[in-house]
Amino acid sequence: MAKPRVKVPKTAAAGDVVTIKTLINHPMESGQRKDKEGNKIPRKIINKFEASFNGAEVISVDIGPAVSTNPYFQFRFTVNETGDLAFKWTDDDGSITETTKTITVE
Amino acid sequence: MKRLAIGASIAVAALAVSFSAQADEEAELVVNEELEISTKAAAPKGSALDELLSGWRFRTDETQALQMDDFDNPSFIFVEQAEDLWTKVDGTEGKSCASCHEDVAKFKGLRTQLPRYDEEAGKVYTMENYINECRTERMGAEAWGWSKVKMTAMTALISVQSRGMPVHVKTDGKAAPTYELGKELYYTRVGQLDMSCANCHEDNYGNMIRADHLSQGHINGFPTYRLKNSKLNSVQGRFKGCMKNIRATPYKVGGAEFTALELYVASRGNGLAVESPSVRN
Repeated sequence: MAKPRVKVPKTAAAGDVVTIKTLINHPMESGQRKDKEGNKIPRKIINKFEASFNGAEVISVDIGPAVSTNPYFQFRFTVNETGDLAFKWTDDDGSITETTKTITVE
Repeated sequence: MKRLAIGASIAVAALAVSFSAQADEEAELVVNEELEISTKAAAPKGSALDELLSGWRFRTDETQALQMDDFDNPSFIFVEQAEDLWTKVDGTEGKSCASCHEDVAKFKGLRTQLPRYDEEAGKVYTMENYINECRTERMGAEAWGWSKVKMTAMTALISVQSRGMPVHVKTDGKAAPTYELGKELYYTRVGQLDMSCANCHEDNYGNMIRADHLSQGHINGFPTYRLKNSKLNSVQGRFKGCMKNIRATPYKVGGAEFTALELYVASRGNGLAVESPSVRN
């Protein structure tokens, strides 16, 4: 099962540009490889990564099979208000992994 | 003029300090900005070392920083994988680790005692021995390879429960013969380069051996994520690498010699805090 990890500052000043780091434990099977018997190993990757702050989209990434195991994304955005930063990873099989962190503006 | 000369000599002295072998003498290891881990300890009685210094102190600032945050520490990818393995049923008995041991947090403190003499087995056991005994005897599953991904991930998961606690392996009683064997091996010169463990890690720690910065060789941070091979490394896997470096034929991983050496080397670090899973180069 995919396990997400995110690093989000707990507090920030209004207008601060904060750095967000995310990583998800996932094999990212490209669909190009073959097993010992020569059968194709079916593709199974995270094909979309999204983050939203208080419901508004912050980042949305379409991911292809060339992205390696345990995909890591780092991005920066400006925080103006206290709110929840929600992360969402979509797997090829349709399963969705989600996690949320709160940033408090002091 | 005289004052200027004094000033200059102080500057030279300061330069000498900043270029000394250890990256930053004053740096302290604080994980996740909350868990303070002591990287120094008083030498145990009879130790050949003046003061115990964790391998963390011998690494560069960048490598040190990787261990100071669990997000940045690549070991935790494997720890997370081990959390899945912990609850995964394997073998003919239909059991997982969690079936008997429930929560892995129960093993808090275990890492500080291993290797130790096991009464039932009648010999010194490492954590790998215990895991594989569970797998073959109680789960009916295949044993894991000593230094393979699943094994090192699991030892990392169990070891991290004891992070920050001081190592205190027992060397007396029935463990004594194994301890003595380990000590003998530690001081025995082997290989084409005719070197013993002590030649580097006791006589020359802090010095450079070509591009390598020699530490005291403590194993309080194992299993350790090495930047060199980007995976977790077992203690005995590391011993094997050391022996190859001095052009010796390594002993068998999991064999009596390396287990004895693991016990002896662990005892040399008695008092140092467990750092597993650490990051080294």
